[in-house]
Amino acid sequence: MTAISAPQRKAAGRAEGRRPRRSIALNLVAVVIGLAVWTLLASVGVQGMPGPAEVAARAGELIADGTLALDALASLRRVLLGFLLGTLLAVPVGFLMGWYATARGLLEPYVQFFRTIPPLAIIPLAIVLMGIGEVPKVFVIFLASFLSSVVATFQGVVDVDKTLINAARVLGASDRTIFLKVVVPASTPFILVGMRVGLGSAWGTLVAAELIAAQEGLGFRMQQAQLYYDLSTIFVGLIAIGVLGLLMDRLLLLAERRLTDWQERR
Amino acid sequence: MTTKISFRDVVKTYPMREGTFTALDHVSLDIADQEFVTVVGPSGCGKSTLMSMAAGLVEPSSGEVLVDGDPVSGPGPDRGVIFQQYALFPWLSVRKNVEFGLKLADIPGAERRRRAERAIELVGLSDFADALPKTLSGGMKQRCAIARAYAVNPKVLLMDEPFGALDALTRVQLQDQLLHTWSQEQRTVMFITHDVDEAVYLARRVIVMAARPGRVQQIIDVDLPYPRTEEIRLSPEFGRIRNEVWHSVYHQAPAA
Ligand SMILES: Nc1ncnc2c1ncn2[C@@H]1O[C@H](COP(=O)(O)OP(=O)(O)OP(=O)(O)O)[C@@H](O)[C@H]1O
Ligand SMILES: [Mg+2]
Repeated sequence: MTAISAPQRKAAGRAEGRRPRRSIALNLVAVVIGLAVWTLLASVGVQGMPGPAEVAARAGELIADGTLALDALASLRRVLLGFLLGTLLAVPVGFLMGWYATARGLLEPYVQFFRTIPPLAIIPLAIVLMGIGEVPKVFVIFLASFLSSVVATFQGVVDVDKTLINAARVLGASDRTIFLKVVVPASTPFILVGMRVGLGSAWGTLVAAELIAAQEGLGFRMQQAQLYYDLSTIFVGLIAIGVLGLLMDRLLLLAERRLTDWQERR
Repeated sequence: MTTKISFRDVVKTYPMREGTFTALDHVSLDIADQEFVTVVGPSGCGKSTLMSMAAGLVEPSSGEVLVDGDPVSGPGPDRGVIFQQYALFPWLSVRKNVEFGLKLADIPGAERRRRAERAIELVGLSDFADALPKTLSGGMKQRCAIARAYAVNPKVLLMDEPFGALDALTRVQLQDQLLHTWSQEQRTVMFITHDVDEAVYLARRVIVMAARPGRVQQIIDVDLPYPRTEEIRLSPEFGRIRNEVWHSVYHQAPAA
């Protein structure tokens, strides 16, 4: 029979999970090269472009006077609020659509239609209807995350392996039990992927929304800087947006790995 | 002897782009209470379909399937099923998979753990009780599925090629185990296999099916005593029955 013992298997699992040193080293090399190219471009004088040092200095100022933290917090608050509301609504709606043909028939045309409209295209409408306060921004983010999560959840429910449902049924499971103990766990990986996509599009939508109308936030700060040809501040804003977006994505990826560790990955 | 499972003039058709496909064509078969039958036949002859009807997962297009004299209206824990495709819940450990049916039957914690433990031990997976299915080999997954069905102690066991992915040694061990538990707990077993040896070794009757359309070709009685032993497996009489089944399966006259 199988010769491999339990501890051996665990060790193999750990080695597999760790990123090889080589690839981390290569990532660092890429960053250094990128900074060098940037410095070079700035020093040969590409149209008033600041170098890394200038941008770092500006970042120091913005951190010191608290502007960066305030802007980042304002942006994050909007994104998280819209994203949470969107996901909270998307998951039950997606389950309904996957489980009940009636719900699917009624809701799918709307979901598919609104999915083809970029959330940014809703902004003019949202501003006219809801003013220029927080509501239209949160709403657009809500819509972006709702649409991507709802489709993923619905697809996850539809794709649940029928044999697993049958296996539960022959063991005496009711529809309710099948839903809670089979459909929900089986579609979790899909939902988490949908959430990641949703968060990405929420973040992108937010910054654009702030470019148009806001009193604070990373997008607003960049828009202000643009008026004064303040390229350093724009760079700080861009980098902050990238770093925060990456951080949020990694956090969700971590959650996804944790929650769906049972999946066979090939 | 009373009849446990009865297929009466069962037809199963599937709609096709052109016309219909007949998966089962007027199959009639009675399986007695506490009988052990095996079903053999070429791939696609409707073995799994027939079994799914007894399980209550597939409805006949016409005819009826009775269990204990009542028409089957759906699946239930009185009929344990082992699927051809293992069908383990990948997010649950071996132990949790095995306990799944026991939880549904509201069996209290201590008793549940004891029964799961025993079923896991029976299939030789004790060292892997807390492992996730993804870390198991094909044969180990199959044994976990067997343990899950055994644990709820059903009156009828419907097994779809349950030993298909096992190595020869484990296969023989599990055959003997299955016969042993069957003789003690007196269940009715319907067991699908591709292996003619296995079919004869386990069964009191071998149902040979034919394809296109799926139907019962021949029913061969296995007049060998239980308990079956290695001695019986190697006896000339066993060889004779084995040849008969072999011929029935591999030299089928084409459908009229
Ligand atoms: N849902 C379905 N729709 C259409 N045809 C089907 C469906 N399910 C089964 N069939 C057909 O019915 C026939 C019998 O299928 P079944 O799975 O019962 O065969 P089997 O004897 O178990 O084969 P194997 O030994 O390969 O497992 C096959 O030809 C299959 O293509
Ligand atoms: Mg089959």
